[in-house]
Amino acid sequence: MANTLPRTALKGRSQSANDKLASGLGWFSIALGAAELFAPRALCRWLGMEGHENLIRAYGVREVATGVAILGSHDPQPWIWGRVGGDGLDLATLATGLHGDNPRKGNVMVAMAAVAGVTAIDVLCANGLTAEKGGPATAIADYSDRSGFPRGVEASRGLALDVQPQNRLTTPETQRAFPHAST
Amino acid sequence: MKALVWHGTQDIRCDSVPDPEIEDPRDAIIKVTSCAICGSDLHLYDHFMPGMQKGDILGHETMGEVVEVGSAAKGALKVGDRVVIPFTIFCGECDQCKRGFYSVCERSNRNKAIADKVFGHSTAGLFGYSHLTGGYPGGQAEYLRVPFADKTHIKVPKGIPDEKLLFLSDIFPTGWQAAVQCEIEPNDTVAIWGAGPVGQMAVRSAVLLGAKQVVCIDRLPERLSMAAAGGAITINFEEESVVERLNELTGGKGPEKCIDCVGLEAHSTSTLDAMYDRAKQAMFLETDRPHVLREMIYVCRPAGVLSIPGVYGGLLDKIPFGAAMNKGLTFRMGQTHVNRWTDDLLRRIEEGQIDPSFVITHKVGLEDGPEMYKVFRDKQDGCIKVFIQP
Repeated sequence: MANTLPRTALKGRSQSANDKLASGLGWFSIALGAAELFAPRALCRWLGMEGHENLIRAYGVREVATGVAILGSHDPQPWIWGRVGGDGLDLATLATGLHGDNPRKGNVMVAMAAVAGVTAIDVLCANGLTAEKGGPATAIADYSDRSGFPRGVEASRGLALDVQPQNRLTTPETQRAFPHAST
Repeated sequence: MKALVWHGTQDIRCDSVPDPEIEDPRDAIIKVTSCAICGSDLHLYDHFMPGMQKGDILGHETMGEVVEVGSAAKGALKVGDRVVIPFTIFCGECDQCKRGFYSVCERSNRNKAIADKVFGHSTAGLFGYSHLTGGYPGGQAEYLRVPFADKTHIKVPKGIPDEKLLFLSDIFPTGWQAAVQCEIEPNDTVAIWGAGPVGQMAVRSAVLLGAKQVVCIDRLPERLSMAAAGGAITINFEEESVVERLNELTGGKGPEKCIDCVGLEAHSTSTLDAMYDRAKQAMFLETDRPHVLREMIYVCRPAGVLSIPGVYGGLLDKIPFGAAMNKGLTFRMGQTHVNRWTDDLLRRIEEGQIDPSFVITHKVGLEDGPEMYKVFRDKQDGCIKVFIQP
C-alpha cells in the first residue's frame, strides 16, 4: 500500500484525529445553531443586546448549515474554514455589545473569550485537514520507490527494442524519414 | 451476485444483481478474482460518455477463473483456466480482427446501428462501457459473462499474483500501444501528458522502447513522484510553463513524440483555452476539454507524432489544425488492440522486465467500490490505481 497519511475516505469519511475533531465541531455547530435559532431572545437578553434577535436567528441557520455540511461532506476541510470565517463574524457582532452602557458587558466578554477559544480550535483543525488533504503544494504520498522496473530504470532502458515487426504499428513508407537521416 | 452498478451521474452502488448466464455458445463465465477502476470509468461516473442506462454494471479491467464454458468456446477454454479479460470484445474472424485491429472489431458491438450513426462506423464492443459499445455488463462484479470468449481472453499462468497480471486487461497494453505507435527512436524525447495509470504505463513503455528522454506532465506531486521513479523528467504544469520547459529540454526544437494520456476531462488550468472549454461545456456547446491536444500540437516538433490513448467522446473545439497540417504531424489514436500486445507483454512480466503492480495504491473489497470512485476521481489519499478483490 501507499505511504499515505490516514485519510482513507472509505465509508464516506476518513478517521484521522483531525477528522474526528471536525466531526465534533460539526455537532457543536448544529447545537449552537439550534440554540441561536430557537432561543434568540434569551441569548440576546443574556448578552444585553436586545434587538438583534433576527441576526442571531440568521447566524443560527448559518451554524446549522455549516454543521450539516461538515458531517455530511466527504471533505470537511472547506467547511471548517467556513467556520473560521463565521467565528470572525460572531466576534465582530459581539464587539458591538461592548459599549459602556451595556449592563451585561461582562457576559459579552465571556462569550467573546469562548468564541475566540473555538476559533483557535477551528483554525487548528482546518490547518490540520489542509496539511493532510494534499494538493499541488503538499504531496500526501511519495511513490519515488515505485519504478516498476525490477532491474532498475537504466538497466531497463531499451529492453524492448526486440519488439517484433508484426508488433509495431508502422508509419507508411511515404511518411518515413530517409534511412540515412534516421539515427 | 454483488456488482458495482451505475445509477446516474456520480451515483454508483454495490448492488445485488442476477448472476450472469451463458447466452451464446461462444460465451464463458468467469469468477472474478480481481478487477480495477479505470480512469476511463470516471467518464461514466461523471456521465461525460453518452449511452449509459440505470442498472448498467461497470468495469472493464477484470481477471478470474473460468467456471462455465459455452459449447463453441470449449476448444479454447476449460473450467479452471486462469484468464485476464481484455476490455475490448472481439470476434477474431472479421476483417479488422484478422488484421490485428481488435478494438474496431466489426461484429462484437451488439448495438452496431447506434454506433454506426454516432461514429460513422461501429467499433468493438467493450465491457461495462455504455450502450454505445454494446451495453455489455462489466467486470466490477463477482462474476462476468465473456462474449466471444474463445477469443476474448488472455490465458495466464498460475503462480504469478493477480496484481502483476490484471493490468494486461487495459492500462498496460494501452500505455504500451501509445508508446509503440510513436515509433520511438533512440534519440527521441517522448513527452507524456497525464501521470495517471495509463500515463505511468506509457512512461515505462517509452523507457523500455529505448527513448533517450521521457518527460511526464501533471500537477499532482504524488503522481509525478511515481513517474520520476519510472525514469521520467517531470513537469508540474501548475508551477512552470509546459511549452517553455519542453523546449528547454529539447534545445528549443520540441519533443519528437507526444502522448496524450489525459483525454476529454483535462484539468482546468488558468489558461484562456481551458476557461473557454469550461464555459462552452457548461452551455452544452462542446463535449470535451481538449487543452492537452492543443498544447501537444503546438509544442510537438515538426514531422513528429502525436499518440492519443486518452479517451475523447464527442466534439472538440478550437483545434489548431493549421499548425498540425503545416508541421506535418502524424496522429495515432484509438482504443487499444489489447490482444495484439499481450503475449509480448506477458513474457516481459514473466522475465521480470517490468512489474505493473507498482501502480496499485489502494486495495479494497467490492463493497468499498462506490466510495473509491469518488476517492479516485478527487485524487484523494494519493490514489492512482484502485485494485478491487470481490
